[in-house]
Amino acid sequence: MTEMSGADMVVQALVDLGVDTVFGYPGGAVLPIYDALFKHPTIKHILVRHEQAATHAAEGYARSTGKPGVVLVTSGPGATNAVTGITDALLDSIPMVVLTGQVPTTLIGTDAFQECDTVGITRHCTKHNYLVMDPDRLGPILHEAFYIATHGRPGPVVIDIPKNVQVATGTYSIPNRIDHKSYRPQVDPDADAITQAAAMIAAAERPIFYTGGGVINAGPDASAALRQLVALTGAPVTSTLMGLGAFPADDDKWLGMLGMHGTYESNMAMNRADLIIAVGARFDDRVTGRLDAFSPESKKIHIDIDRSSINKIVPVDLAIVGDAGRALDALIAAWGDKGYKARDLGEWWRRIDGWRATRCLDFPEKKEDGAEIMPQRAVKALFDATRGRDPIITTEVGQHQMWAAQHFHFDSPNRWLTSGGLGTMGYGFPAAVGAQIAHPDRLVICVAGEASLQMNIQEMGTVSQYRLPVKIFILNNQWMGMVRQWQELTYESRYSNSYSDSLPDFVKLADAYGWTGIRIDNLGELADGIQRMIDTPGPVIVDCRVAQLANCFPMIPSGAAHTDMILQPNDITGTMDDEAKALV
Amino acid sequence: MKIKTEAGERHVLAVTVDNEAGILAKITGLFSARGYNIESLTVADISADHALSRITIVTSGPPAVIDQIIAQLDRLVPVHSVTDLADGGAHVEREIALVKVAGTGDKRIEALRMADVFRAKVVDTTLTSFIFEITGTSDKVDRFIALMRECGLVEVGRTGVVAIARGSEAL
Repeated sequence: MTEMSGADMVVQALVDLGVDTVFGYPGGAVLPIYDALFKHPTIKHILVRHEQAATHAAEGYARSTGKPGVVLVTSGPGATNAVTGITDALLDSIPMVVLTGQVPTTLIGTDAFQECDTVGITRHCTKHNYLVMDPDRLGPILHEAFYIATHGRPGPVVIDIPKNVQVATGTYSIPNRIDHKSYRPQVDPDADAITQAAAMIAAAERPIFYTGGGVINAGPDASAALRQLVALTGAPVTSTLMGLGAFPADDDKWLGMLGMHGTYESNMAMNRADLIIAVGARFDDRVTGRLDAFSPESKKIHIDIDRSSINKIVPVDLAIVGDAGRALDALIAAWGDKGYKARDLGEWWRRIDGWRATRCLDFPEKKEDGAEIMPQRAVKALFDATRGRDPIITTEVGQHQMWAAQHFHFDSPNRWLTSGGLGTMGYGFPAAVGAQIAHPDRLVICVAGEASLQMNIQEMGTVSQYRLPVKIFILNNQWMGMVRQWQELTYESRYSNSYSDSLPDFVKLADAYGWTGIRIDNLGELADGIQRMIDTPGPVIVDCRVAQLANCFPMIPSGAAHTDMILQPNDITGTMDDEAKALV
Repeated sequence: MKIKTEAGERHVLAVTVDNEAGILAKITGLFSARGYNIESLTVADISADHALSRITIVTSGPPAVIDQIIAQLDRLVPVHSVTDLADGGAHVEREIALVKVAGTGDKRIEALRMADVFRAKVVDTTLTSFIFEITGTSDKVDRFIALMRECGLVEVGRTGVVAIARGSEAL
C-alpha cells in the first residue's frame, strides 16, 4: 500500500507482473506513463513506427514465448490504429494487454483533441476492456487484466487510462489472489466425458486427431501430451493453420494441414473418418469447406476451453470443455486405466497411404539454373537451409502464407506465427520484430509477399534502431497472388486491382535503412541467396523473384466439400455460381 | 441469389451481470454483431449493494442458435449467469404498458369499459384522454393495445418482458 501517481502505479504493476517488454508509441495522453517508464529501466520499451505494428509485435512476442504481449499507445489515433492488432489477437486467441491513454475524465465526451471512445470501439474486439476513472483502481485492474488475458481462452484486454488518472495520486494495491467474481473459465475436463472419449477412441476404426491453436496455447506440455496420445492410439493427426508445430511434421502419423489449402490426405481422412477428435480447434469455414458434406460418417469429440466454440458450426457427439493440455493428459490417464490397446488401424492407414500417393503438394517446375523459381521451391529451399537452426517463422497473409504452411515443416510449438482468424496483411513483419525481441539469438524469418509486407514496411526503422537481425524473405510475384487466384477461379480472370504496381526496389530500400538487401532472380541463385541471408549478422531483406502466375494448390474451392479438392492448376474451371461466390 | 433466414422459437433469457458502465452495450452489441434477434430487453439493478443487474432478453431462433446465444453471453467477463427460462419448466412473464387514449363521447366510454375487462388501471385522466396502465403477458398487452387502436389510441410505452421461474428456487 503505497501512495504514488497513477502513471507510477501502471509501471509498478507491470514490474510486479513480470513484464520485461512493452511495445508502444508515445503521444499526449500517455506522456505521464512514458515519463514513469523513463525511471524504470527494467522494462524495455520498443518504439515502433505505427501502433498497429506494436500490437502485432506484441502478438509475435506472445505467440513465441507463451507470455502476454504488452502494448502502450496514446488516445485517439493511437488507439484506433491498434484496433486491427487487437482484433487479430481476439480471433487467434493471443494473450495481450493494451494500455491506451485517454483524454482527462473532465473532457471525456466533449470531442476533445485526440479523443475517441476507446472502450466503445474495442468493446467487441477485446476479451474484456476497462476505462479507469480512479487511480486507486489501477493496481487491481492491471492485475485482473493480465489474469483475464492469460486465463481460459487467451485474448486481448484493453485498459483505457485518462490522463488525469495517470497524474493523480492514489494507493497502489495488489489483489492477494485474483478470484474474479464472474470470470471462472473451466479448465479441468469432466471426468465422465473423458472416460467416454477414451472408449470412443479405443473403439474407432478410422479415427483422426484434428488439432488447433488451442494446443499451442495450452503450452509445450500439451504438445507433448498430444504426441503421447497419438503414439498410444496410432491415429493420424492433422492440424489447422494455427496449430502447426504442436505435432512434429516428420512423424509418420502426420498428415499435414487440413482445410482449404490443406493436404489431400488430411481432407480425405477427415471426410472418411469414423471418429474426429478435435482438440483446441474451432471448425472454421476454412477448415470445414461445405458444411453439409463435412465428415458425414464420423462421430465427433470436441475438446475446447471455450464452450461457445462447441456446436457453433458443427454439431458434435461429445463436448469436453477444458484446457487442451489437461484434457489430453486426462485422456492418456484414462487410456492407461482402462488398459486400452491401440487397435489395428492397418486398413485405415492403407487408405490414407492411397491418398498420400497423389503427392498433392508436388508442383511442376523447371530445374535448370536460369529457370524462374517456383514459390513452393523457394519455401522448400528456405526450410532445407534453416533446418537444425530451429528458426521462428512468421508470415504475412496470402499465397506465400499457404505455401509456407504447406512446405515449411515444424517439429515444435511456438515457432510458427501467422494471422489465421483475421487474416491480417501486415502482421508478419512486426510479429517477427516481437519474436526477435523475445529471442534475440534465434533465427527469425518473416516469409512475406511483396504486397503484404508494404502494409507495415515502416517497421524497418524499428529493426534498425534495436539492431534486430530479423530476416524478411519476400516471395515476390508482383501480384496480390491470392486475390488474383480467386479472380481466376471466380471471375474469369478479370484482374481487378490485384497487380502490385510501382513496387519499391527492395534492395535499395534495405540500403536506405542500413539493412542488407539480396535479390534472387532465378533458381541458380536461390540456395546461395538464402545462405547469404542466414550468414549475414544483421537484418536482411531478400527479394526473391518467383513465378508470377503460380497458384496455391491443392485447394478446396469456395463452397465445395473436402472431397472436391482441386489438385492442380488444370482442374480450374473459371466460373462459379452465386452461392459459392457469396462465401468468403 | 436470395439470402435465406431460419425460423425459430421464442426464448426468455435471464442474465445476471455486473452493474457497470458499458455492460448493456456489450450485451446488445453481441446480439447485433452475431445477428441474433432481440424482441425485448429490460435491465435493472437488483442487488442491495447495487453490484448486480438482471437483464431479461426475449429472443428467438432455432435451438442451436439459442444454445450459441447462451454460450456467447456466458463467456463475457462481466456475466455471472445465463438462464433460459423455457428450459427450467414453468415461469411467469409480465410486461407493463402505459396506453394513452384520446377522445370524447362513446369512444371514451368504450375505452373505459374495455380497460375494465382487461383489468387495466386508469392512472391519469383529462376531459379528453385517459392513460391506462396494463400489466400482463405480452400477448395480453398486445390484444389490449389492438383494441385501443379502435378507441383513439395516441401513444404507447411498454417496458418489455420481465420473467422469473416458478417455485422456491432462485437462479
